Amino acid sequence: MREFGYQRATDVSGAVALLDADPHARFLGGGTNLVDLMKSGVERPARLVDVTALPLDRIEPTDDGGLRIGATVTNSDLAAHPLVRHRYPALTQAVLAGASGQLRNMATVGGNLLQRTRCAYFTDVTGPCNKREPGSGCPAARGEHHNHAILGASDHCVAVHPSDMGVALTAFDAVVSYETADGPGELPLADFYLPVGDTPHRETALPPGALITGVTLPPVPAAAHSRYRKVRERASYAFAIGSVAAALDVRDGVVRDARLALGAVASRPWRARAAERVLTGAAADAATFGAAADAELAAARPLPRNGYKVTLMRNLIVAVLTELAGPTRPAGPAQEAAR
Amino acid sequence: MAPSPSPSSTPTRSTLTLRVNGEEHTLSVDHRTTLLDALRERLDLTGTKKGCDQGQCGACTVLLDGRRAVSCLQLAVAAEGREVTTIEGMAEDDRLHPVQQAFLDLDGYQCGYCTPGQICSAVAVIEEHAAGWPSAVTEDVRPEAGPPPLTAEEIRERMSGNLCRCGAYVSIVQAVARAAGTGAGRPAEGAESTEAAA
Repeated sequence: MREFGYQRATDVSGAVALLDADPHARFLGGGTNLVDLMKSGVERPARLVDVTALPLDRIEPTDDGGLRIGATVTNSDLAAHPLVRHRYPALTQAVLAGASGQLRNMATVGGNLLQRTRCAYFTDVTGPCNKREPGSGCPAARGEHHNHAILGASDHCVAVHPSDMGVALTAFDAVVSYETADGPGELPLADFYLPVGDTPHRETALPPGALITGVTLPPVPAAAHSRYRKVRERASYAFAIGSVAAALDVRDGVVRDARLALGAVASRPWRARAAERVLTGAAADAATFGAAADAELAAARPLPRNGYKVTLMRNLIVAVLTELAGPTRPAGPAQEAAR
Repeated sequence: MAPSPSPSSTPTRSTLTLRVNGEEHTLSVDHRTTLLDALRERLDLTGTKKGCDQGQCGACTVLLDGRRAVSCLQLAVAAEGREVTTIEGMAEDDRLHPVQQAFLDLDGYQCGYCTPGQICSAVAVIEEHAAGWPSAVTEDVRPEAGPPPLTAEEIRERMSGNLCRCGAYVSIVQAVARAAGTGAGRPAEGAESTEAAA
């Protein structure tokens, strides 16, 4: 690992100033991804600005019925918060489906959004990777790619974004707040991650040196009746090979509102707007759910060895929507309120 | 990646004070030093074990301000000001922590290498459950549903960040359940499935 300087920021403007002064500096949150990447040589910062002591560790309801989540809130505190569990249960389920109890205690909301892909070619510094070394090539396209992208990829990169939390936040129209030396800004999560194109090394639309300060969830009544379901190769503590965050508001057998996002299928959490368009206003039945999944997956371009993901995602979307529409969910006050 | 110059004004070492098991230790560390290496190599607290050194096995689990964390991904310099509890700090004088005693009584290990991490993790699991935290196998996470019972399935999920290459999971689940004072550790129930804990 390369030697580096370390400073602990105590206020947001100070943190931004420290990073602004040094292009080789990185913000350090929980470190569960960054420190690991520094050990493997993928990240080689000259300076770390520790932001975990910043006063950004609160979760507060907004006046309109949403939530504002500070950037240094840990995954554990986010998942356990009563208002998150009550208003956006799929967000709690998504966070709890990721990593381990130890890592969730360390990892932060801001860091989770900025975590890097787990593509093995990205983390192996002895070989080429367009995301790590622009222009060096992508071995995954013809190599080991059984868990790579089926949507939105390019010839330059087929890696997937690994976040579970981000999938639920994407379904619920979260907005990312940030601070720069020139002042604050906001980015809807839908615009936060850049399309892959021929610049897979440019992952987000954040301005250079920006510090994520929080994430705001708007009120989403349908989210009180929501679900995150993750498929992986073992029962716990593994990255997804496919996941779905969904919310469904069904009245008199008709879908009034639908929110759907997919994980582990693209370079970013994938908002399934084509599926949502099919769902909204249609009968809440198996035919609609299948048509919604097909509408979204019509754009899928699987690689030679990950075509199974298209079938997997279709089945997963239909299963989650069926569960949300059906009578099998445990009864409770929130469910009644959502209907 | 091309090497970039290190600004000469930025020191790459710090003198810091770590508070471990209630005792303060002042030491000078290279910033690259993980809390795990500081504990083992500098403070001679070798109970905390290095397994994968990548945050994947849980052998290095300690408590930071009472919460479990993997010390291999925690920089020592970033742990200053926090209360570190290792396996050496679990017992009170000659009286073992109830989780330690349960692991001994129920053979919650074979080779023992992952055991300090398993025990530190289990201590936190019991506290997290008592605080009402749901898990990935909790059927209904909404607060109005109330806290889930600490079943064997819940224990396996909550302990999944601690790998045991000997495969002592059956006894580990029983030990955690006994220490938590639940009935989940009865051998018949604990013996149903071991693979889920991995």
